[in-house]
Amino acid sequence: MSLLMPKPDEETLARRGEIVAAMRAIVPGEGVIDDVDGLRPYETDALTAYRQLPMVVALPETTAQVAAILAWCHANKVKVVPRGAGTSLSGGALPLADGVLLGMARFNRVLDIDYVDRIAVVQPGVTNLAITRAVEDEGFYYAPDPSSQIACTIGGNVAENSGGVHCLKYGLTTNNVLGVELVTIEGEIIRLGGRGLEPAGLDLLGLIVGSEGLLGVVTEVIVRLLPRPETARALLIGFPSVEGAGKCVADVIAAGIIPAGMEMMDRPAVHAAEAFVQVGYPLDVEALLIVELDGPAAECNHLLGEVEAIARANGAISVRTSRDDSERLAFWAGRKAAFPAAGRLAPDYLCMDGTIPRRRLPDVLARMRELSDHHGLGVINVFHAGDGNLHPLILYDANQPGQLDEAEAFGADILKLCVEVGGVLTGEHGVGVEKRDLMPEMFSKVDLAHQQRVKCAFDPELLLNPGKMFPELHRCAELGRMHVHKGQVPFPDLPRF
Amino acid sequence: MLRGGGSKDAIGAPSPDATRIDMRGFTGVVDYDPPELVLTVRAGTPLVDVQALVAGEGQMLAFDPFDHAALLGGTPGQATIGGVIAAGVSGPSRLSRGAARDHLLGFEGVSGRSERFIAGAKVVKNVTGYDLPKLVTGSWGRLVAMTELTLKVLPAPREQRTLVLRGLDPAAAVVALARALGSAAEVSAAAHLPNWNGDALTAIRLDGFPSSIDARAETLVRLLGGLDTLDGPDGAALWEAVRHASPLPSDKPLWRIIVPAKEAATVVRTLGDADWLFDWAGGLIWLASATDSQAIRAAASKVGGHATLIRADAAMRATVPTLHPQAAPLAALETRVRRAFDPNGVFETGRFGGHS
Ligand SMILES: Cc1cc2nc3c(=O)[nH]c(=O)nc-3n(C[C@H](O)[C@H](O)[C@H](O)COP(=O)(O)OP(=O)(O)OC[C@H]3O[C@@H](n4cnc5c(N)ncnc54)[C@H](O)[C@@H]3O)c2cc1C
Repeated sequence: MSLLMPKPDEETLARRGEIVAAMRAIVPGEGVIDDVDGLRPYETDALTAYRQLPMVVALPETTAQVAAILAWCHANKVKVVPRGAGTSLSGGALPLADGVLLGMARFNRVLDIDYVDRIAVVQPGVTNLAITRAVEDEGFYYAPDPSSQIACTIGGNVAENSGGVHCLKYGLTTNNVLGVELVTIEGEIIRLGGRGLEPAGLDLLGLIVGSEGLLGVVTEVIVRLLPRPETARALLIGFPSVEGAGKCVADVIAAGIIPAGMEMMDRPAVHAAEAFVQVGYPLDVEALLIVELDGPAAECNHLLGEVEAIARANGAISVRTSRDDSERLAFWAGRKAAFPAAGRLAPDYLCMDGTIPRRRLPDVLARMRELSDHHGLGVINVFHAGDGNLHPLILYDANQPGQLDEAEAFGADILKLCVEVGGVLTGEHGVGVEKRDLMPEMFSKVDLAHQQRVKCAFDPELLLNPGKMFPELHRCAELGRMHVHKGQVPFPDLPRF
Repeated sequence: MLRGGGSKDAIGAPSPDATRIDMRGFTGVVDYDPPELVLTVRAGTPLVDVQALVAGEGQMLAFDPFDHAALLGGTPGQATIGGVIAAGVSGPSRLSRGAARDHLLGFEGVSGRSERFIAGAKVVKNVTGYDLPKLVTGSWGRLVAMTELTLKVLPAPREQRTLVLRGLDPAAAVVALARALGSAAEVSAAAHLPNWNGDALTAIRLDGFPSSIDARAETLVRLLGGLDTLDGPDGAALWEAVRHASPLPSDKPLWRIIVPAKEAATVVRTLGDADWLFDWAGGLIWLASATDSQAIRAAASKVGGHATLIRADAAMRATVPTLHPQAAPLAALETRVRRAFDPNGVFETGRFGGHS
């Protein structure tokens, strides 16, 4: 692996026995793992190119245990890496050799469901889909739907601010979470937000969502529930050019329509998916769009017509409308199988996650084909078209010497391209270790220092998930220093608290 | 102290000694491409100009921001988009479309360290780095002087229709609104006014395509029985009144209380002698009352809510904190976060409590 993690601290490694004993004193029974076989399942997340056995795994069951673990680690200067289900695609849950891996999987209870205020209070280890399962009999669901939803936890979703194919209309995790209970590295238990629609004071809740396990450990989550839309219908639209498909997406939105989902696949992705699941995707197209509309039947029918007209005006060569739910799900089946389909084209693939202004799509795809030739690796593209979030899947073979490095270099080039055209490094998967060293592409030193000082406000000793998100580990004292220019401090007349 | 159009000068403790920085030099649109759903605008641009610009493209600021002049007695039209974001101003549509914090994608500004920096981005979907746009929204100018904002915009609905029930008591109104919101009727806004032209009025707004509104109105009738439809101008006037809490008397202190909606009726019952109305299906109580501030805050806290003092005379504002006091560990954490952006407290004018 080409990536540098903070060097393990020898002194901490030498104290392993003491640290394991301290964890056992807090979490009884099977909740502490220190044998190599037991640690093995935790050595990586879904960014499998990176592996590291943790020093010890602790699996607490109560907030009090989490608080005691963090307080002990804080007092003893031991690093902690939180983990949900380990489906992060950015290496967010990659362990540290000299750190405690804090697994939150045993926090798996739905604590309260309130249909009047339409909220659910859940523990962080509950899976995303389990929330919907718990409320669907009453006609409700939890809207953000990452493709990993059967496995990933709501705690991980909060940490990564995860999205899904429906987030154009219904928002990311951050727009659907009302409150959390958080344990700070000092072991203090605090509540941010609550059951109401607005948190008091500074919006620290908004800050915690998407903070990638660097600011605190989430021990409870309050999410908003939505009533199931009455109907959902989908269109499957083939285009002879990416430009036509891109223009269609823009025109749909310009017409005032925000579909529940709007996904695009390029030609190689269409072929790969069709070979894998045989759902009848047209193969003679350069780009395939799935547009899903939801709401009352009257609305869906009306909008299906409008979208079809817009598609035809942009040169669509095939348009199919789902007649029933099984056909709608078949349209989605190919898209949802894009990852395993990629897995049949090559032994390994890297899933990238940049966002671009949609108008730059044809450009970006053309440049990506050039990059593909340059790096000698294939790429297939699936794309949350409505919000400009690209997921290029780079195909490679880790057993061929040099291919992983080449794939990573290709990925980095794609993300730099995203930033160059006015977009970002990550739309929903997080920075983690994967995009950490690319952060300076998007942010200056001063920008990053403003973010890192937030980290320092929560965790001045940098014990929580260090080595993620920030390309350099600055000591907080260093960052706090005021710039002194020619002996002049800014605002010399102010008291220096 | 950072100041936009001054529409909210009368919020917070008077701080006459603070140096005012007028942000209205930062005006104008930087980039607006409607199908991208993204607008970048300088922070001192008047809210009315931003709203007119997006309305011209059939779009809207979906968090439904408004000018506080009507509430606090200033000249309308002065409020700036930067002030609206700094104060986290969201109107009735917040219930269904998210708050100001959900629509700020990125910003550029100058922190209390006198350093210029950016955060967030100019695309609708981004998780690169901490979500500082959320943090600065509603921070009341205590972290950053924002100079440029990137906002998410959305298509405006083609039609809005307001349906009303009459004569419900507050508890029954909250139940009816919750049932509507739990149905497939896709309610956009929901309010209850105990006295609207002499009637207790419970109002539900449906937004969207006409055929869809017809279908959803039928769903509501099946669920709640007979509903009257207000005609267009009456409906618009009603939501305008809810947005600005204008039916409430202006000679008593005005509070903005956030609670879980199902507790709203209990809270107003506890507080007895007060004028009030419910927005956000009960989740937001506008309350005009001369009752002791501690009692009001206790009633909010008791149900997990909080209360902000929006309008009061200078003497009251000098002694009663505008923002709901926080539990000690949280207050300490907030202070550390503020210090991260403003180590010397240049933005701490005493307007929102101690210089801590
Ligand atoms: C096949 C596949 C498809 C995917 N599809 C999507 C998709 O459509 N959209 C999308 O957004 N993502 C997707 N992902 C990525 C991933 O599923 C999400 O990032 C998910 O939210 C991670 O959840 P997790 O429980 O697995 O967390 P983990 O991977 O265990 O951890 C992720 C991060 O969260 C932190 N963390 C976990 N729990 C806590 C806690 N309780 N408190 C504090 N920090 C915590 C960890 O430290 C780490 O930084 C996909 C992944 C895979 C493998």
